[in-house]
Amino acid sequence: MSYEITNLCVNCHACMDVCPSEAISVGLSQFVINPKACNHCEGDYAHAQCGSICPVEGAILDEFGEAVNPAGSLTGIPPERVAQLVAEGIL
Amino acid sequence: MLDGMTQADKQTGCTQTSCGSSNDHLDQMPDAIRERVKNHPCYSEEAHHHYARMHVAVAPACNIQCNYCNRKYDCANESRPGVVSELLTPEQAVRKTLAVAASIPQMTVLGVAGPGDPLANPARTFETFRMLSEQAPDIKLCVSTNGLSLPDCVDELLQYNVDHVTITINAVDPEIGAQIYPWIYWNNRRMRGVKAAKILIERQQKGLEMLIERGVLVKVNSVLIPGVNDAHLKEVSRVIKAKGAFLHNVMPLITEPEHGTYYGVMGQRAPTQRELTELQDACGDMNMMRHCRQCRADAVGLLGEDRGEEFTLDKIDALDVDYAAAMAKRAKVQADIEAERQRQKARQSSLKEQLKAANGKTLFTVNGLTMEQQAPLASVASGAVVDRAEQGTLPSDLRSVQMAVASSGQGLINQHFGSAREFMIYEVSPKGARLIGHRKTAQYCSGPVNCGEGDAALPETIEMLKGCEVVLCSKVGFKPWDQLESAGIIPNGEHADEPIVPALMAVYKEMHTSGALGPDCSKTISA
Repeated sequence: MSYEITNLCVNCHACMDVCPSEAISVGLSQFVINPKACNHCEGDYAHAQCGSICPVEGAILDEFGEAVNPAGSLTGIPPERVAQLVAEGIL
Repeated sequence: MLDGMTQADKQTGCTQTSCGSSNDHLDQMPDAIRERVKNHPCYSEEAHHHYARMHVAVAPACNIQCNYCNRKYDCANESRPGVVSELLTPEQAVRKTLAVAASIPQMTVLGVAGPGDPLANPARTFETFRMLSEQAPDIKLCVSTNGLSLPDCVDELLQYNVDHVTITINAVDPEIGAQIYPWIYWNNRRMRGVKAAKILIERQQKGLEMLIERGVLVKVNSVLIPGVNDAHLKEVSRVIKAKGAFLHNVMPLITEPEHGTYYGVMGQRAPTQRELTELQDACGDMNMMRHCRQCRADAVGLLGEDRGEEFTLDKIDALDVDYAAAMAKRAKVQADIEAERQRQKARQSSLKEQLKAANGKTLFTVNGLTMEQQAPLASVASGAVVDRAEQGTLPSDLRSVQMAVASSGQGLINQHFGSAREFMIYEVSPKGARLIGHRKTAQYCSGPVNCGEGDAALPETIEMLKGCEVVLCSKVGFKPWDQLESAGIIPNGEHADEPIVPALMAVYKEMHTSGALGPDCSKTISA
């Protein structure tokens, strides 16, 4: 499995600019990773570049299908706080 | 006070706590800088009444996270930094810029300000600048950045005649920076904490120094975050001034839970107008900008207005722009604006001389911005003379009053209350009237349901005007009139189409005459 971009992507271009394998392109509704070109940045960098710059939690999945940046890991907002605001209709 | 003004004119920088009250901040700058920013609405308070700017959204990527930003958010009805409706390619951005420049000849400045960081998108940003510097050489280019990539980009910026750069610097202390920036992307890694903040701050400072060395004008933006960097921003102001930044723009944090930012969601409060003004005053020697409207990254028009809707891609595709002809028209319109500004300046300084010769004192501090600029000459002259004649009727210990003004430009009270999307807030005292900020009525849209509906927005507008005792506009309807009065805000439509400052002083004097301004009187006046 290669890395993958989910529909949480906000199309900010950041990952495409930093991918060393040029594996990322503009898709129909969000950016997409070409599985044939993606090598998880192995041999290039210690960490996958798309996952290192993406600003959206849950938008990038690693080769095991796990979120590289799980909820709360980038913003510091506890997921339960988000859930509470969603329940209140604020978010 | 002309005496005070003359004194301030001799100083190289403002050393008064009321910095900005006696004059446009630019009046304290060297002539060379004044000349360079005289038609830049974001750099000159005076210019923002006359000239327009636009931002093109070619820079979506960012290399840091700020706790006041949410990259997921977008709304066509929202007005705040980082928000856009339509991302453009450099080619589209150039087409849009040419179309806007042809339609709005007073548009002098094209900026790239996001929605991410322009210098984290170097290819798209520089391609836009390169094409524009060739195709529209009469437009000033500028860029607003978080500074992380700035040192690497300085030389390329200079190639495209970018001579104005804004850096957002919220801290010079990494411990404080770490509370504002959760991470940065640096050397191919995501870095966090104090270490990350330290790198960002070092890069910002290095970029600032490099720009100054090369003669680029640098404005610094800082977001005022109560309890985080409020006490620290004085130090930021001191450091950036020492390094040569020429203007400091301290902006209030925008923090609504529905925006989904860290600060919004976690309940961080925004500063009050008083806290903002006090901090701006406390920054003492630095030139402080007070007319920022915290606009969108794709805003078009005069500050405070946004005509972006008129220039969407499908609309500009239908336009056939002859830029050579447009450039000639633009030059003519801008020369006319400058001639009018010069004429009014000359008249005002001659008036000042006359008044000084006559008495040496005037009643109120002349606000350079408004008095020099927008006032039809007859009314400036008669207004000022009347004020002088009534000198002494205003004791110096009267309390100050905040007043809101609805204006669509030219420094006049010329907007209907119900059409105003924002109000200018002035602080009026026996010393004069000074602009302390702007408040937007539709800044925090709560969704499409009540967006744009005046009636639904009225209570919000009234709440937003809290602290003001008078609102001056060209007209106001019966319903808002009653509700404003019930809220203790006196609507005033008697000064329609008059210059702002003399009208404010006239209202202030009426309040005094009616006994509403006694030093011990903290209540609002009755209608």
